Amino acid sequence: MKQNIIDIAYLVSGIMFIYGLKRLQSPATARKGNQLAAVGMLVAVVATLFFKELLTPVQMLIGVVIGAGIGAYLAKKVEMTGMPELVAAFNGFGGIASVLVAGAEIARFMAHNAADTGGNEFTAITAITISLSILIGMITFTGSFVAFGKLSERISGNPISFFGMRVITVVLMLASIAATIWMAIENNALTEINADPVLNGAIVIAIAGALLGILLVIPIGGADMPVVVALLNSYSGLAAAATGFVLNNNALIISGALVGASGLILTNIMCVAMNRSLLNVLIGGFGGDGGDAASGGGVSTAGMTVNSTSADDVAILLSYANKVIFVPGYGMAVAQAQHTVRELAEELIKKGVEVKYAIHPVAGRMPGHMNVLLAEANVPYDQLFEMDEINAEFETTDVAVVIGANDVVNPAARHDKASPIYGMPILNVDKAATSIVLKRSMRPGYAGIDNELFYNSNNQMLFGDAKASIAAVTNEVKQL
Amino acid sequence: MLESLIVFILASIIGAEVISKVPATLHTPLMSGSNAISGITLVGALIVAGMVGDAWAMWLGFVAVIVATINVVGGFLVTDRILQMFKKKD
Repeated sequence: MKQNIIDIAYLVSGIMFIYGLKRLQSPATARKGNQLAAVGMLVAVVATLFFKELLTPVQMLIGVVIGAGIGAYLAKKVEMTGMPELVAAFNGFGGIASVLVAGAEIARFMAHNAADTGGNEFTAITAITISLSILIGMITFTGSFVAFGKLSERISGNPISFFGMRVITVVLMLASIAATIWMAIENNALTEINADPVLNGAIVIAIAGALLGILLVIPIGGADMPVVVALLNSYSGLAAAATGFVLNNNALIISGALVGASGLILTNIMCVAMNRSLLNVLIGGFGGDGGDAASGGGVSTAGMTVNSTSADDVAILLSYANKVIFVPGYGMAVAQAQHTVRELAEELIKKGVEVKYAIHPVAGRMPGHMNVLLAEANVPYDQLFEMDEINAEFETTDVAVVIGANDVVNPAARHDKASPIYGMPILNVDKAATSIVLKRSMRPGYAGIDNELFYNSNNQMLFGDAKASIAAVTNEVKQL
Repeated sequence: MLESLIVFILASIIGAEVISKVPATLHTPLMSGSNAISGITLVGALIVAGMVGDAWAMWLGFVAVIVATINVVGGFLVTDRILQMFKKKD
């Protein structure tokens, strides 16, 4: 009877997760959706706490209170620019939780007097599910914390690779498979299994998983981190699902599958946005923080000149335009210019100018990051447009203002087969009547390549700190 | 086992259908929110830590309870913080 109540509670929470995620399809209902999912989680946890016969309810509550305190503190403290590393860290916590649960399950198999909480037989399938739970969980854990280190600049964002790295990866994978087989051979009734192969196998898999997680993320450059964060998000879901298989628990399997699917979809969107295959991203070595990356594209820009402009000229151009599109990149967030940009946009709207923001999928450091940074600066979400929605509009746009973006507006991606970014979908800023690029200097972007846009005859460069430049333009606009 | 696999596959399909319609604007809260959902491992942690009656299982599970709760509570709260910033033009 009790088990039936629990199963129904898990069903209810699964339904709430699905409808919660469904409400994320629109910004108007998204907040309610997240709250619905949170209630779904509460239902699952409360049902487990009160209807399962817990031997140590006090300890469990203490654990929940400690975790909730730390989680709430982290969620409150984080800056919106720091969201990618927070999500990476949370992914990592989810991963290690799966490893620990699988470890506790092994302890149950080894304890002869343990309570009867699951299967009584250690079968080949048990061995495989435990192995997967440990392996995926551990890869998620170490991978996420390396990603956390890179994103928060605690370790270098440059791709790191060394001779024989791929061989080591293959050896570690083979070792995990061998250890799983070693565990699987030992199938027997619980009280009669030989604990050694199970425990030692699990330790081998945990170590291999930890190293694989590190090797997965270190060769990946700063520019590709959005893909990795999305991929690790998917892994954290798969780890939870694997744990669900170990415990034969549908709540974990359903939720894990939802998150696994979500992460994979986001990973794919990010790869498409960069015109790279997932394999190509994972092999890595592309796009570090430093300016030492790939050499220029096929078109030589040597000897070509750029037009430089001033804040008052830009102000006049913008004030008398019919339509202006802002193209923000992560450089804008680094310069903390988003509030100033919103102020300028408001001034222009007052003058009757139509203002839109064009957001490239990889504009921030995680999927949708730029939208969050602009939302934080009080930019209404109905002014934000995705690449596919807005690209056709540049031809009818008077001025496109590029702030801290580079590779995502480089026309070379459309026609220059020799360019490393050839084929990557870009924002067609060059199709606007005039484009203005705010930039600190002529230093190339993440991909380390020169940008043709800068040399176009209808492009003007406004050099200087983005925040100061925009503030100066806003002042001029106010006076017009 | 087969039953679990069926549930897993069906849930994956539902997840893919629902999530592929989430607009790019909401991809960050989608990630942080789905991340919180993956903290469902908390339920598993409570079961192994609270019910087995073995010291090793209890302590491993106890640590799992803490980290999974960080994941759950932190994930939902930060998602709420993000989503409350998304406003329409007034």
